[in-house]
This record gives sequence, structure tokens and C-alpha cells, in this order.
Amino acid sequence: MRSPCASLIERCPIKLIFTQGPSITTRLTLCIALSVVLMVMDHKYHNLESLRAALSVVIYPLQLTTDLPGTISEWVGESLASRRHLQEENDTLRTQELMQKVQLQRLSALESENMRLRELLDSSFKVGEKVLIAELLSVNLDPYKHQIVINKGKVNDVYPGQPLLDAKGVMGQIVHVGPYTSTAMLITDSSHAIPVQVNRNGLRTIALGTGTINRLELPYIPNNADIRPGDLLVTSGLGGHFPPGYPVAEVTAVRHDPGHTFSQVAAAPLAELNRSREVLLVWPGKITLLEPSDKVIPAEQATGPATAGSQPAARSSSATPVQVDPEDTE
Amino acid sequence: MTLARHHGGGMILFTFFVALVLTIVPLPDWMRLLRPDWVGLVLIYWCMALPERVGVVSGWLAGLLVDLLTGAVLGQHALALSVVAWLTLRFHQRVRLFPMLQQAATVLVLLILHQLLSLWISRFIGRPGVDWVYWAPSFLGMLIWPLVYSALRGIRRGFLVN
Repeated sequence: MRSPCASLIERCPIKLIFTQGPSITTRLTLCIALSVVLMVMDHKYHNLESLRAALSVVIYPLQLTTDLPGTISEWVGESLASRRHLQEENDTLRTQELMQKVQLQRLSALESENMRLRELLDSSFKVGEKVLIAELLSVNLDPYKHQIVINKGKVNDVYPGQPLLDAKGVMGQIVHVGPYTSTAMLITDSSHAIPVQVNRNGLRTIALGTGTINRLELPYIPNNADIRPGDLLVTSGLGGHFPPGYPVAEVTAVRHDPGHTFSQVAAAPLAELNRSREVLLVWPGKITLLEPSDKVIPAEQATGPATAGSQPAARSSSATPVQVDPEDTE
Repeated sequence: MTLARHHGGGMILFTFFVALVLTIVPLPDWMRLLRPDWVGLVLIYWCMALPERVGVVSGWLAGLLVDLLTGAVLGQHALALSVVAWLTLRFHQRVRLFPMLQQAATVLVLLILHQLLSLWISRFIGRPGVDWVYWAPSFLGMLIWPLVYSALRGIRRGFLVN
């Protein structure tokens, strides 16, 4: 007969793992070294995008699981909506569409006039832009960073640096692209900057994110510049990332302090940064000039600075028709 | 020590899966800054309960997933969580025997260490500083530790994870 002690030992074998393999301190040292290498490569040299993209496939199920309740409740809400509610919504949308069509008629006349005038000025400008509606995955990221995850990725030709809009204005730009999802940085992130101009008088400046969801700062406005609360800020298109002319923010406060070189100007983003669920991905029209399907300008020539109408910053490749150097991101 | 003796590895993975989902599940704005460090709590429990199965490398991998999920720089939480796992392993035999109050206090220290390392790294790469609310998740983590502990112990016993 075996003693109870022996059977206990059999059931809970003495843990031998500490005598096998590297010790935990060695493992820790290795892990720390690996982490440091990863951090340096990711933050300093930005050359881990392919690793991030590959690993984003691993975390995709996690994100989908988290998104599931939202998707289900949306679906249930849609399928259980009453007939009257749907009719009302339909009516509202119809009216809206009619009003927007009227506006569009005026716009198309203006657009063709604008193109004519630009042709007279001999400046190349393409208005046609490709857009795609993406949906936010309802997941929260680091609360101290303003980032969102959308359900479109490399398979939809999303590229790093791509502008992201909603119905009201510019939201941000794509920073990481995975196969099926992408991460975007909002314009209010404290490391984001967007080139803007005042719609009223064309005054150009840069709007910096502050880390607060409803506030942008314009730190480089001289004291004598013509800017007032209520001014609309639109993208200037100077950085080469954002298409020009999209609304970004409205100036909320201007403070002139004679002691400082620059005025203190604050603005509120127009896009519903923390409310929109549907967002718009934009392929700026100017850069579509370099699409391989565009037979007029061969890819090699298009990169040369001598070619008229081409963007020096944009490169062409057969894999992705639209490419912007991610290093340009400020 | 053969692999055949191990049992219920799927449950360990499942608890980490749940913790990772809880890390990114959408919360109202005022609660976002208070979200407890679920992955840290689960990691500390398994390091304490099954130090021969969950350790530094598991912590590092879990941290890497947290980095990917939260959009942090790759390696930030991986480094912090592997240090947390290492400390837990060093002291697991003592902490296991602590009364709950003392154990919760130890967990607080570990969670704060995670946040502190993570903060150092994000300050190092030029993110802005934080206010006192930043530390609230650790204290919340300490408060819910008894619940997490009993839930995970229930799982470990119920599914014979060893």
C-alpha cells in the first residue's frame, strides 16, 4: 500500500522546470533586449510595418470578437425597426437628397468653371477623387492616444498616410495598414499636424493636435495676422497627404499677447471625431495621375522632377497604384 | 516533467483571450481612463498559480498583443509585462501564502510597476505627460483582485488546469 504522501507527490510532481532551460532571469534579459530592439526599430526607423501587418491578422479575431456586440445590436435594431420609423427616415433622406442634388447642380457648374479657369492659368489640377466608405471597429485603443481602427485594409488598397474624412470634415490619416484592418491617427492626437488655410483669406498655417478631442492649436500665427473666431479652416493640400479644400476646424479663440511672437489660436475640429461610425477613405485625385492605368505618363518619367504636373513626393509602383512616402508624415 | 502532465492549456489561453478583449472593449469616455489592466491581472494570477507554465515569455507575448491592440509602440507593454512576470515568479511562493489583503497590495505594486515602465517608455519616445488619473487603473485592479483571483481559481480547479 502506498502512502498518501507518495500519491500526493505523484499528483503534484516536484516542479523541475527551474533546473531546465535558461533561468527566468536569462529569459527576462532576452525579452527586455528583444523589446528594446522592437521599440527602436518601430519608433525610430518605422521598418516594422510588415511585421505589424502580419501580426494584425493574429489580433483580427480579437477585434472582431470585441466588435461583435455592436454589430449585433446594430443588426437587431435595423431588423426590428418599425415600418413607420423606416418611412420617416426614408422621407427625411429623400428630402435631404433633393436638397443636396440642387446643391450639386450648382457645384458641377462651378467645378467646370473652375477647371476652365485653371486651364487658362495652365495649372494642372484634378478634382476626381476615389472614395470608399469604411466602418469603425468598436474597439478602444490607448486612451492617451487618439487612434481608431477601421475595417478596411491592404486588400482595399488602403495605404499609410491616406486621409480619412467623415461627413463634416477631416478626421485624420492612416498610420498602420494590415490586410483587413487599418489604424488611423486622428487630427487631435498630440503628435499630429495638418497643413490648413483660413477659408476666408487663404492664410496658411499648421494645426496641431493637443490630445484633447475637441481642440486643435494653431501655434504659428503672427500677432498681426487676420484671423478671427468663427473662421473656417480647410486643408491647404500643401503636405501632399490631404486633398485641398476639405473643412478641418473652426477657430474658437484668438488671443493676442504682445509679449509673445505668435498669437494663441485654438480651433475645434468639425469632424465628429468621437461619434462617427462611418468614415470616408479618400484617394486624392492629384496622385491618381500616376496610376499605372494612366497611359499618358509612364511610371519612370512621372518620378522625374522635370515632368510637368507630377508630384515629386509621389512615387509610382505596380503593386499599389497610390503611394505617398510615409516619412512625410509630420 | 513531461508535457503529458500538463492539462488545460486551452483554458489559460482562453483567460488571456478574454483579458485581451476586455482591454479593447469600448467603454464610455469617463471610464476609458479607469480601465483595469486585465492582462496584467490574469498574468499575475497564472504566474503565481502555475509558474512552470506561465512565465516571462508568456508575459512578453501577451504584452506584444496588447501593444498591437492598443496601438502602442511595439515592445512597450511586452517589456513591462515580462518584468511583471519575472517579479511574480521570483516571489510567487511567498505571495501565494499571503492573506488576501496583503496579496492585493502586492498586486498593486506589480500593476503600478507595469504602468510605470509603460509610462517611462512612452515619455522616452516623446508622448506627453499624464495626470494622477493615469494611476487609477492600478488601484482599481487592486480592488478587483479578490474577484479575479477567485474567478481564475474556480477556472483552474473546475477545468483541472495544472
